[in-house]
Amino acid sequence: MGKSAVAADKDATSGALAGEEARRRDIQNRWLLATPALVIILFAALGPLLIMLVYSFLQKGLYGGVIWNFSGQGWFDVFLSKDIFDDTISFADAHMLIFWRSIKLSLITTIATLLLGFPTAYFIATRSPKWRGVFLFLVTIPFWTNLLIRTFAIQEVIKNEGLLNIVLLKLGLISSPIQIMFTDTAILLGMAYVYLPLMVLPLYASMERLDFRLVEAGYDLYATRLQVLRRIIIPLVKPGIIAGSILVFVPSLGAYVTPRILGGGKKMMLGNLIELQFGQGRNWPLGAALSITLLVIVMVALLFYVRNASKSGVKSHG
Amino acid sequence: MADTPRKPFSIRQQSGFGTIAAICFLALYAPIIVLVVYSFNSGNSIAIWEGFSWRWYEAAWANDRVKDATIVSLKLAVSASLIATVVATMAALATTRTEPFRGMTAIYAAINQPLMVPEIVTAVALLIFFAIIKVHTGYQGLGYLIAAHTAFCIPFAYLPIRARLENMDLSLERAAADLYASPWQAFRYVTLPLMAPGIMAGAMLAFVISLDDVVITEFVKSGGQDTLPTYMLGQLRRIISPEINAISTVLLAISITVVTVFFVLSRRGNKSSG
Repeated sequence: MGKSAVAADKDATSGALAGEEARRRDIQNRWLLATPALVIILFAALGPLLIMLVYSFLQKGLYGGVIWNFSGQGWFDVFLSKDIFDDTISFADAHMLIFWRSIKLSLITTIATLLLGFPTAYFIATRSPKWRGVFLFLVTIPFWTNLLIRTFAIQEVIKNEGLLNIVLLKLGLISSPIQIMFTDTAILLGMAYVYLPLMVLPLYASMERLDFRLVEAGYDLYATRLQVLRRIIIPLVKPGIIAGSILVFVPSLGAYVTPRILGGGKKMMLGNLIELQFGQGRNWPLGAALSITLLVIVMVALLFYVRNASKSGVKSHG
Repeated sequence: MADTPRKPFSIRQQSGFGTIAAICFLALYAPIIVLVVYSFNSGNSIAIWEGFSWRWYEAAWANDRVKDATIVSLKLAVSASLIATVVATMAALATTRTEPFRGMTAIYAAINQPLMVPEIVTAVALLIFFAIIKVHTGYQGLGYLIAAHTAFCIPFAYLPIRARLENMDLSLERAAADLYASPWQAFRYVTLPLMAPGIMAGAMLAFVISLDDVVITEFVKSGGQDTLPTYMLGQLRRIISPEINAISTVLLAISITVVTVFFVLSRRGNKSSG
C-alpha cells in the first residue's frame, strides 16, 4: 500500500506501469502463499488419483500389487467376466449386482432423508430465531459426531437383542425378534440415520430465506395448505433440495463403514467391493478401475448439481 | 366456554410437519443416548441394564491397546490440524480480497478437491501411492498418516478462515497503512487478530475431522498405527463389550465440546463484524 502511494506521485503513464507491476507482484505473492497447501494436496490427495489411473491399466501381481505391463484386464473385469471353462464372455453379474445395490440403496436413502428432512427443516425454519439456533445446533451435533460411533449406535438399536426389537416384543407387535442386521434394510436404515443431518442443513439454509409473504399471498388467493406447499414452497427451496440430495447421494454411493458393519460382509456395496480387491481379492488393477468408475459416477452427479444450481439461480433472478 | 377455542390459522404451519420433526430428532438422538447410557452399565451386556458404574471407563483406561491408539490419534490430530491450519490460512489470504486472477478458481478447486472425492477412492489411491514410496524408501513411520490427514483437513480449515476474511473490513488495514505501519505490522497487529476467530474455528474443525477419520486411516496405517476409530472398527467384528461404548462416549464428548465452542466462536464473530 505504501508502494501505491509512491506510484501516485509519479506521472500518469509510469504510474499505470507501476500499478501493473504491483499487481503482477501481488499475484505472484498470492501463488507463493497458496503453494504449501497445493503441494500437500497434490502429494496426498490429487496426485495419488492419477497414479491409481495408471495402475488400473497394469497387470495384477500374484500376491497383490502390480506387474508393470500394460493390461486392459482390470477394466475388463469391472463389467465383464470370462467363463473359465468355455471362454464365453458375459456381464460380470456379481459386480453388476453390487453396482445396482449401491445405486438403489443410495437413491432410497436420498428419498428417505428428503421425506424426513424436508418437514424437519421447515419446522426449524418457522421457529423463533432463538429456537432456530437451538434446533440447528441439535442437528449439527450428530453431523460432527464420528460416523463409526453413529453406525455403532444404530447397530445397537436394530440388532436382534437391540432396543427396537425389545420395544416391539414388549408391545406384542411381534412374537420373535426381526432379523434386520446383515440385510439391505440394515444398510438403508444406517445410511439414512448417518446422512440425515446432511439433508437437513442445506434444506434449512434455503428455507431460512423463504419469503413468507408469497405464502400469505397464496392463501389470500384461496390456495389450500397442500397447494401452497406444492406450488410455492417446494419450487422456492428447490436449490436446497438439490444440494441436500447431492450431499446425501454422493457419500452414500461411496459408503464403506456403514455397509461393512451393518451388512456384515454379506451385503456389499461398491466401497466394500473395492476394499476386497486390495485384501483377499489381490487384484489391484480391478480395485483401481472400480475406484475410478465410482469417481466418475460421483463427478457426473456433481456436474448435474452444478448445472442445475446455476440454472435455478438464473431463474430466481429473472 | 362451550366451544373449544380454534387454533388461530398460521400461514407458516404445515400439518404433520411438527410430528415428523419430533420423530426426526428422536431418531437422531435415541441411539446415541442408548449408547452413552450403556457405557455406564455395571454388567457385561449392552442390552440389559444392571446398575451404574465407571467399570468400562476404567477397563478402557487400563487397556494398553486403547492407550496406544489414543496417543496415535492425538499425535495425528494435533499435527495434521496444526499444519492444515497454517497452510489453509496462507491459502485463504491468497484467494480472498482481490480481483479474480488467472488460476484463482483452479486453486480454489484444488483445495476443495478432498471434499468431492469419495473417501474410499482417496484411501485406495493413497494405499497404492504410499506402497510405492515404502518400497523405495523403506520408511514406515507416522508421516504417511500425517500427510494424508493434513490433506483432507485443509478444506475444513480453509472454508471458515476464508469466510471470515471475506466479511472483514478492509478499511482498518488501510488505516494502519496510512499510519505508517509496514505491511508486516499491519498484518501482525490488524489482520491476524481480526482473522483469529476464523483460524480458531478452522483449526478445531480440522482437529475433529482428523480425530474422527476411519476410512483413510484404515487403508494408510502400517502395523501398530491404530487410531481410536480404527481400533474400534477392528473390535466391532468381535463380541462387543461396553468398553467400546465408553470410548465412544469420550470421543462424543470431545466432538460436542469442540462443536459447541465453534458455534459460540462463529456467533461472536458474526456479531462483531455485523
